[in-house]
Amino acid sequence: MTAWLLDLPLALGMFGAGAATLAARSLFGAVLGFISTGLIAALVWVRLEAPDVALTEAVIGAAATSVIILYVASRISGGASAPAPPPIAQRLLAATLSVILAALLAHALHALPDPAPSLAAPILETMAPTGLGNPVTAVLMVQRSLDTLLESAVLVFAVFAIWSMAPERRWGRAPGPAFIAEPQGPLTFLAKVLPPIGIVIGIYIAWVGADAPGGKFQGGTVLAAMWVLPWIAGLIAPPSISDMRLRLAIAAGPLVFLMVGLAGFAVADGFLAYPPGFAKPLILLIETAMTLSVAAALACMIAGPPERRAQP
Amino acid sequence: MTGTLGGALLVLAIALPLGATLLAFVHGGQAASRVARGALWLWLALAVAIMAAVIRQGEPISYQIGGFAPPIGIALAADGLAAAMLLAAAIILVAAGLFGRAAYPAPSWDKGGRAAFAYWCLLPALAASLAVAFLARDLFSLFVALEMLTFTALALACLDGRPSQFKAELRYLLFALLGSVLYLLGCALFYGAYGTLDIGLLAGNTRADAPTRLAGALMTVGLLAKMAVFPLHLWLPPAHAGAPPAGSALLSGLVVKGAFVLLVRLWFWVLPGPPVAGAELLATLGAAAILVGSVVALRQEKLKALIAYSTVAQIGYLFLMFPLLMAGDPDAATRAWMGGMLQATSHALAKAAMFLAAGLIVQSIGEDRVAGLCGAARATPFSVLAIGIGGLSLMGVPPSGGFTAKWMLLRASVDTGQWWWSLVILAGGLLTGGYVYRLVAAALSPAPEGATPRPVPRVQEAAVLVLALLSMVLGLLPLSMLGMAQIGQPVMAP
Amino acid sequence: MTAITPFALAAAGLVGLGLYGMLAQSSVLRKVIAFNLLGIGVFLVFGVAARRGAAAGLPADPVPQAMVITGLVVAFAATALALVLTLRLHQTTGAVTLAEDPAPPADSGMQPE
Repeated sequence: MTAWLLDLPLALGMFGAGAATLAARSLFGAVLGFISTGLIAALVWVRLEAPDVALTEAVIGAAATSVIILYVASRISGGASAPAPPPIAQRLLAATLSVILAALLAHALHALPDPAPSLAAPILETMAPTGLGNPVTAVLMVQRSLDTLLESAVLVFAVFAIWSMAPERRWGRAPGPAFIAEPQGPLTFLAKVLPPIGIVIGIYIAWVGADAPGGKFQGGTVLAAMWVLPWIAGLIAPPSISDMRLRLAIAAGPLVFLMVGLAGFAVADGFLAYPPGFAKPLILLIETAMTLSVAAALACMIAGPPERRAQP
Repeated sequence: MTGTLGGALLVLAIALPLGATLLAFVHGGQAASRVARGALWLWLALAVAIMAAVIRQGEPISYQIGGFAPPIGIALAADGLAAAMLLAAAIILVAAGLFGRAAYPAPSWDKGGRAAFAYWCLLPALAASLAVAFLARDLFSLFVALEMLTFTALALACLDGRPSQFKAELRYLLFALLGSVLYLLGCALFYGAYGTLDIGLLAGNTRADAPTRLAGALMTVGLLAKMAVFPLHLWLPPAHAGAPPAGSALLSGLVVKGAFVLLVRLWFWVLPGPPVAGAELLATLGAAAILVGSVVALRQEKLKALIAYSTVAQIGYLFLMFPLLMAGDPDAATRAWMGGMLQATSHALAKAAMFLAAGLIVQSIGEDRVAGLCGAARATPFSVLAIGIGGLSLMGVPPSGGFTAKWMLLRASVDTGQWWWSLVILAGGLLTGGYVYRLVAAALSPAPEGATPRPVPRVQEAAVLVLALLSMVLGLLPLSMLGMAQIGQPVMAP
Repeated sequence: MTAITPFALAAAGLVGLGLYGMLAQSSVLRKVIAFNLLGIGVFLVFGVAARRGAAAGLPADPVPQAMVITGLVVAFAATALALVLTLRLHQTTGAVTLAEDPAPPADSGMQPE
């Protein structure tokens, strides 16, 4: 009963914030609604006993996503008025489809089998030899490591896909447009104050991931934000995409992951298998490289394709 | 051990192009081009080795990542379907590599180096994405593969950096994202219902309950959106026609086939019982795609738009096999299965050849209207020949691969008493003949006065012609060779 | 199961809202926001499955949680790509929707310096 007192308002609040996102008149209002939905969703994840996901949802799903939407919105809104809504027939059709889907989904979730299937026990059993303390990290790095390797590669794919959309004349320059520094502006203040704290927090989140909630994606995202902030404030210029160190930072995670995985053929049971006794140090090695890569890749994704006129 | 003999080949088929992508990205410059081309040749060798291993063993080869058997870990497997698709993909990507040497010669960080850098990162990236899509046996890993395919396809299509293309690609991306998120929702429901997403474990163990039905429907709609099946096809023609030739060839020939393989795995392995009514709906959509796509292709004025609408139509044939496989006649099911596989591979080769050839023709005579193709046969004889041969395969004229594919589907539809599909196949063939004739007739007509076609690199024309010839050779393979497509073919209970 | 029901309903509701937003709004940025709303709902369906799978002393099945973390990162990358395309579309044509007949190109990104 007490659970309902907490969960019902959370569920209603999340749905309400989602509805407000769609109903908002301005784009800014919609982004605010979206951030609220994401942050309440993070609380819901806490209530679902999934703190790792809660952290990821808050940091990547809500914060980083909103930042990048707001950033693009601010660069577009100058030239455009709100577009006309689509015809009423299209909206009615969309509403009908959406209501049907939501109803079918609610029904399907209600009809899930009891007792629910679970892999919790075999995951705990197979993670024991690795010495990891966080089962979610174990799934990401041990049992389903292929997904994580591919996902880290997806980030690299996304970076070169974004770079490849650069205007021809700006190719080879630093990511993003040139920002003008405002020495007295609030952004400058934040960009000077936040990074020292944020970098420590980011590294901490990434480091504890092996045994406690946290990990490379969450920590790497915080680091990315701390790196991007001074770019946007115009305090420092990012390295240009022709700088091999930047590209190496972006690709280091999947490269190290792939090499450790292939080494498994020689020293362990096969691809992405860890030799007994060395699992934890190898996983920490991969996670360190991945944290660096997530930070660099996300920073480049937020900044966008090269648009600067001159070499920094 | 962690898999069957030869299972490590499957890992290498993913790891090699993935590593090459990362190296090409980090190193850049001319090395990127060399790394990518070298990796693609090695990838072709791996695809041949996988095909040989599957044929030799007469059963699928598999591998368990990290030594964890599903449901704890993720399995890779190559059956006849996967091995054939992988080989077709490797052939096309090697051809794209040869083609790209002339089209994208100089990746650099200076002005003009953008498209080349992207191209040489994207080719191995596409190879890695397709390898995962064909080999992974886990619905969630396949989701990641779908996203890898979407990202690489998007960048390939935008390679020219033309403003008009951004709109077409944004529309494609929104379709693709909606498609992936619906697919992902299906994954969530499957996990909630069965506690695993491994295709091998789900096969034969799913129930026809509410979560399973909804999951199947959501994943099907999501994949149909990604494959541009009628009526969700509107994004495809502008996105494929507006891309540079090599991009169009890879998008039309290969990227849509990734989603097709997923759909086949979902329908014939994962879903409970033969969902006959759904299969008939799919085939009806396919039939509509064949007719509508072909008619619209007939009326196109632009060369590449015509070929892109032809893709909409040819994808439609792939759906005719669904109800034929479920009719309960084992012989007809085998024919339908082989017809579907042959259609997927022969269309991939023929369409890649046609788009690349179209690019060469446009480059040579500087004209992209069908009516303006006069003189093309003299300027670029091999390209026109490639379009003609590819066209024969699309029409289903013997002895092409497309003929065998359509003949098998035709036989299966007659044998199972579903003769109406054979009418669609015949009508589609006639309409295809119409638009291919338009192309070839225009290209054979004499050049206008004072036309000065530019020469195109021989290696490009040769690569294109080889692709077209291979789509033809598929039809000359003895049936015993084609039998490899049946290895691991699902048995549908009547 | 009582603790899960409100979240399952909210997840279904968010999926509906997101789908509506993607289909019924014309602004591309709004569509991208709706895609992310839809994503929140889909991920919560994994969360419901994870919580229901509490076993062996774990309060939730870790496998769906790992899938959500992977999914969130992939969704972010997809959002970034869509936004870059939106930005480039706007820079090169001035458009903010996918309606036909774009405004005449005002290619700000590619004009000579």
